[in-house]
Amino acid sequence: MPKLTIDGIAIEVPAGSTILQAAEAAGIEIPRFCYHERLSVAGNCRMCLVEVEKTPPKPIASCAYPVGEGMVVHTDTPMVRNGRRGVMEFLLINHPLDCPICDQGGECDLQDQAVGFGSDSSRYDENKRAVKDKDLGPLVKTTMTRCIHCTRCIRFITEVAGVPELGATDRGEHMEVGTYVEKALSSELSGNIIDLCPVGALTSKPYEFVARPWELQKVDSIDVLDAVGANIRIDSRGPEVLRILPRLNEDVNEEWLGDKSRFSIDGLKRSRLDRPWLKKDGKLQAVSWAEAFSAIADRTKGLSADRIGAIAGDLCDAESMLALKDLMTSLGSANIDCRQDGARLDASRRDFYSFNTSIPGIEEADAVLLIGTDPRKEAPVLNARIRKAVVANRAPVGSIGPVIDPTYKTVHLGFDPSVLNALHNGSHPFADTLRNAKKPMIVVGQGALARADGAAVLAAAWRLAASVGALTADWHGFNVLHTAAARVGGLDLGFVPGANGKSVAQMLDGGVDLLWLLGADEIDTARVGANTFVVYQGHHGDAGAHRADVILPGAAYTEKSGTYVNTEGRVQRGFKAVFPPGDAREDWTIIRAFSQLVGKTLPYDTIDALRARLEQANVAFSRIGYLPRFGCSDLTGPSGDPAAVGDAPFALAVENYYQTDAISRNSPTMAECSATKPELAAAAE
Amino acid sequence: MAAAAPSNFEQPACFAFDAQSEAELAMLIGRYPAGKQASVVIPGLYVVQHQMKRQTDSAWVPVKGMDALAERLGMAPIRVYEVATFYYMFNMAPIGKYHLQVCTTTPCWLRGSDEIVAACRAETGIAGWKETSADGMFTMTEVECVGACVNAPILQVDDDFYEDLNGERTTALLAALRRGEKPPKGSTIGRQNSAPEGGSQTLLFAPEA
Repeated sequence: MPKLTIDGIAIEVPAGSTILQAAEAAGIEIPRFCYHERLSVAGNCRMCLVEVEKTPPKPIASCAYPVGEGMVVHTDTPMVRNGRRGVMEFLLINHPLDCPICDQGGECDLQDQAVGFGSDSSRYDENKRAVKDKDLGPLVKTTMTRCIHCTRCIRFITEVAGVPELGATDRGEHMEVGTYVEKALSSELSGNIIDLCPVGALTSKPYEFVARPWELQKVDSIDVLDAVGANIRIDSRGPEVLRILPRLNEDVNEEWLGDKSRFSIDGLKRSRLDRPWLKKDGKLQAVSWAEAFSAIADRTKGLSADRIGAIAGDLCDAESMLALKDLMTSLGSANIDCRQDGARLDASRRDFYSFNTSIPGIEEADAVLLIGTDPRKEAPVLNARIRKAVVANRAPVGSIGPVIDPTYKTVHLGFDPSVLNALHNGSHPFADTLRNAKKPMIVVGQGALARADGAAVLAAAWRLAASVGALTADWHGFNVLHTAAARVGGLDLGFVPGANGKSVAQMLDGGVDLLWLLGADEIDTARVGANTFVVYQGHHGDAGAHRADVILPGAAYTEKSGTYVNTEGRVQRGFKAVFPPGDAREDWTIIRAFSQLVGKTLPYDTIDALRARLEQANVAFSRIGYLPRFGCSDLTGPSGDPAAVGDAPFALAVENYYQTDAISRNSPTMAECSATKPELAAAAE
Repeated sequence: MAAAAPSNFEQPACFAFDAQSEAELAMLIGRYPAGKQASVVIPGLYVVQHQMKRQTDSAWVPVKGMDALAERLGMAPIRVYEVATFYYMFNMAPIGKYHLQVCTTTPCWLRGSDEIVAACRAETGIAGWKETSADGMFTMTEVECVGACVNAPILQVDDDFYEDLNGERTTALLAALRRGEKPPKGSTIGRQNSAPEGGSQTLLFAPEA
């Protein structure tokens, strides 16, 4: 731990730190463009100059200069100031003065640092260089003349996203950042280069010329479009969500966000349900809340509790699921299920259905086995963590299921579950890799569980994890990767069929006469019998609403304060950014209001009371944000029979990353993204 | 001089290494330890460029050629594009049959490179740098010092140096190339390598004991 002095402040930092990191630890701001703490050091912008005593008398780039014992650093001497002023003058030589028409204006590092560290005028009066804009696809807009060649985007795409498609071609004054051959970026994390770009060279295409940062109201929330639970900030103006940005959370998404989570927001403005509807004479007609409720209440009268059922969808908050479960329980029905895809998840113990290694824990893994999952499409941010482990620990990765390209090298072990047995009995060569690893990680995807032998696959994966030493007192290497933000919350609340209760499949196949769909759109509504009375409660006129007899308009995730549990089992809470459109209401209040009508008033009137009930239902809900890590002390596996696995090849749960739920399916931006993928276009034909 | 965008001109639809290129690549890759094949990228680009010259009479590096090289070396294509566009020696657009690279750096300039440039222009009809003559025979490029200042001025034709040139001999050289002849490379005034003009100037007799 070298000790050094920066501007008179003595500080001790870990060996190998750079001066810039030491200065940050001492609370001293050093301007920078190319340096980024999550990317490799490039050292090419020269903005972070400092002066170090007893070195040759020239400014030093602090981002690339390791600290030494007894070093004395000055960050505010005339030499440093002149140096930075000179660098800034050079950067601005070719940078256009188009701030008034630049989307970065107001949140631009170059603007801020030019004010803070630059000079008031330029001595350059030749022509500025102009660079042709690049077409990077439907998400990232380029204005390459503004580029200052910090290469952050190149390093991000290469190192974090693992899809090396950006580079710097040509040289010197002619250097250009781009793909050289025109192509859309294929990464699911491409939106992050917009955040990384310190200038306005890369900006958001859908957000082009929409708003200035100071007009926006910023609300913290949680993303629900995959099961990672990325922390987001919702920027809105008036009734409209204008953009979504990632929020820093080292334990979940670091500072990254998947493209679907960032750009689906235009789907929030389309096909919205903004008033109750009731089917009369075979046609849906707009009605009042009272009328819609009484229609449902009439229908429940005289219906045996056994003939009433509820299915929760993929985007639901825990509060509304609990309210619906309580309603069903009070009506006497055990027919509830949150596993729309029919995944044979075992809800009896929490570590049977969660990502136990935890997302930060992935970084410790030294061998990975993916079973029926493509994490790149199912959870791109989590996939970036796996990539980090693969790069840092040289962890070998094996995959069972369709051949995938998760941006790191994988060994394809087979297509069907029989490989699990071969791995278990050691006859497969990859078994030794897992056994020899200190912290092996097994990831089971929904594609492996949403099938007839899903329970057996789950049990076989658990058995394999136990046999290769993935389940120890201080390491839990058994993971279920979910694709639905609501799933773990639903399982935590026991939103699964109770005693003699009916599952999704049984409810769809005529098992109930009244079916309450809480945002459930990913079910096959054609299977629902003609005589089943369907109540659809949700925010989009998608599959579920098309079949509904009564539509109760709910709120999307940006319009309600909700609790979500991510695939790890981490409980997180988002806040309301805008109001639901029209007559739509927050979902738990709808259920609470209806319960009163049928004389089964739920015992909570406020969201706080409901949250107290949440904690009562499962103690996990008392820990918001924080997730303790456990090893595995009980090796007893899930209820399935590991020997009963079939031989049908695994399919993937997510074929098209960009369109997985009611919001993204209604987003024109996401439709454009799908269109740029030739393999998706081919599959659609 | 920025390399032209690859979409600005016709790119071949495919590229495959021929037998000679395969042999050269195998030799080059063998020079480096396993896992370090990326070191071959610069000589590998020459292999591509030479193969294009053999096959199309135009020594340049098409995108498909870089892709083929990237695949062979286990690199991302963009990493090859970066290297290829960085170096002047790789032509990113089709050129004429002969690539005339005139050195105009100070030593050559003092020894009369202006005369060479003028002779090239007159003989080929090329007006500016990086342009190709109407008959497709010549492309003329201005290059920085090629490191043969002792024999200045230099005209590099493809990979060969023609040294000690003047306007007259340049015109003759180009005329010969146009006829399909290949005059011997090296000094055009007959001196051996970089030895003094007119034979040895020192050590003319053995010192007396």
